[in-house]
Amino acid sequence: MSEVKKIATRDSYGNALASLGREHENLVVLDADLAAATKTGIFKKEFPERHIDCGIAEANMIGIAAGLASTGKVPFCSSFAMFAAGRTFEQIRNSVGYPHLNVKIGATHAGISVGEDGATHQCNEDIALMRTIPGMTIINPSDDIEAKAAVKAAYEMEGPVYLRFGRLAVPVINDRDDYKFEIGKGVVLKEGTDLTLIATGLEVAESLAAAEKLEAEGISVEVINMHTIKPLDVDLVVRSAAKTGKVVTVEEHSIIGGLGSAVAEVIAEKQPAKLLRIGVEDRFGESGPALKLLEKYELDAAGIYKKVKAFL
Amino acid sequence: MTNLELQKEAVKVRKGIIDGVHAAKAGHPGGSLSAAEVFTYLYFEEMNIDPKDPKKPDRDRFVLSKGHTAPGLYAALANRGYFPVEDLLTLRHIGSHLQGHPCIQHTPGVDASSGSLGQGISVAVGMALSAKLSNEDYRVYTLLGDGEIQEGQVWEASMFAGSHHLDNLCVIVDNNNLQIDGTIEEVNSPYPITDKFAAFNFHVIAVEDGNDFDQLRAAFAEARETKGMPTAIVMKTVKGKGVSYMENAVGWHGKAPNDEEYAIAVEELKKAEEALCQK
Repeated sequence: MSEVKKIATRDSYGNALASLGREHENLVVLDADLAAATKTGIFKKEFPERHIDCGIAEANMIGIAAGLASTGKVPFCSSFAMFAAGRTFEQIRNSVGYPHLNVKIGATHAGISVGEDGATHQCNEDIALMRTIPGMTIINPSDDIEAKAAVKAAYEMEGPVYLRFGRLAVPVINDRDDYKFEIGKGVVLKEGTDLTLIATGLEVAESLAAAEKLEAEGISVEVINMHTIKPLDVDLVVRSAAKTGKVVTVEEHSIIGGLGSAVAEVIAEKQPAKLLRIGVEDRFGESGPALKLLEKYELDAAGIYKKVKAFL
Repeated sequence: MTNLELQKEAVKVRKGIIDGVHAAKAGHPGGSLSAAEVFTYLYFEEMNIDPKDPKKPDRDRFVLSKGHTAPGLYAALANRGYFPVEDLLTLRHIGSHLQGHPCIQHTPGVDASSGSLGQGISVAVGMALSAKLSNEDYRVYTLLGDGEIQEGQVWEASMFAGSHHLDNLCVIVDNNNLQIDGTIEEVNSPYPITDKFAAFNFHVIAVEDGNDFDQLRAAFAEARETKGMPTAIVMKTVKGKGVSYMENAVGWHGKAPNDEEYAIAVEELKKAEEALCQK
């Protein structure tokens, strides 16, 4: 593969907030002592009065966001996914989800690609948690361009949104003129007839690379970028599953409760097909460089290729 | 309103609590009754609100952090004119707008969904912060249980409110001294409550009798005048106040009166009302 530009989606998050902040007075950014890491510091530099550092108190941060939203502000709460979704699950459920308040949660450092910090900080369960909250929208963008578009779309829609970003710099794959982001609409990046690869987040780029190898062997692969996990693009899943009869989901998240489960539900109920879920198995992560971890957990292109070959 | 008028309204609020909980055959009368005066004072005297325009942008806000005492809030809202008093009899029924715990999407006049203890105060802090950010001058009130302050989130929120000098925030602690499993001292003592809020940079007002309108009036006036820091009103109350057999009885935290007990409560409240009418 030729050298491509790589940007971590957490950077996209910070930049998108700053850019939206220039247009919208009611946008407020909250953080929990991680402004440098979540990149909300970019927003803070420009709009210090609208950047509220809640300190190391995530539960309270979510409640404050609920109060801000109920009085007309559009708060973006920021922390690592582990704390943004894990520690504050019940606050999000009861203070934000139940009253369906216009709170956006920007969760960075999701998945094992957090790297060296290890299992305590590698959240592979956030999508599963957020999926169960009625009315929650969940977006897991694949690159810089999509992440920025997602932040804008989240601002523009009314209601709670969970945005998932990564720490690791990932290839920019959506740099094209006809790129369009629509919440709830999966994107067919490549059409195929033998197999459907449905990927999300940083696994979209890895899946594209895996598909390239498979194609070289004469296997026709359809690659779908499923940036929105909820509401899931059910029609697209059904259509593609009907066409290929074989579906593989790829995510940097537990295979329990995330994209794989969401797709499995659709396939089981609406369009039976052979299914393989690729993701973090039912286990915790560990310390190590992000790329090495993705390799070890077989979540890189080579791992995906290997698993798909065994599946076919 | 005069104290006498407020006292009459408080009896109506108590009646609404008992009627609702009895009709629901479930609910939390004890902590609703201990706060009947503060509900009444807030909605009939203290807050800038308009029952005809429940979402008025510049209104004062109230967050019932101890959300299980929704029957008290609902009774105050109904008597204040947000919805018909008869609705109180639909409390906790299928299809009713009066849910077991408050929800903004269901009930006119409810400013925050609450009921999971410790969370309401954070929402109130967010509302107060919002007013500061956009230079609005509404005030925010939130009522907490004394057992509720065992929740760590209460202190996260308090630290933030003190740190950010939210003088438009008034935290009220209903210190009736009882929680589900016993007295708050037996379970996990939060005392000294006043010192704790003072340590979190609150202006603290200790109210000896939170069921007394003179004392509430003085406390809320002082809170309103306090600048540069949030206020905590820690008020001693009697759980179950106004219904003899419920007073200071731990068993009446979350239990509905049966028909016989209901009749006694109604009779007692009727007498209280008559006594006030003769004043």
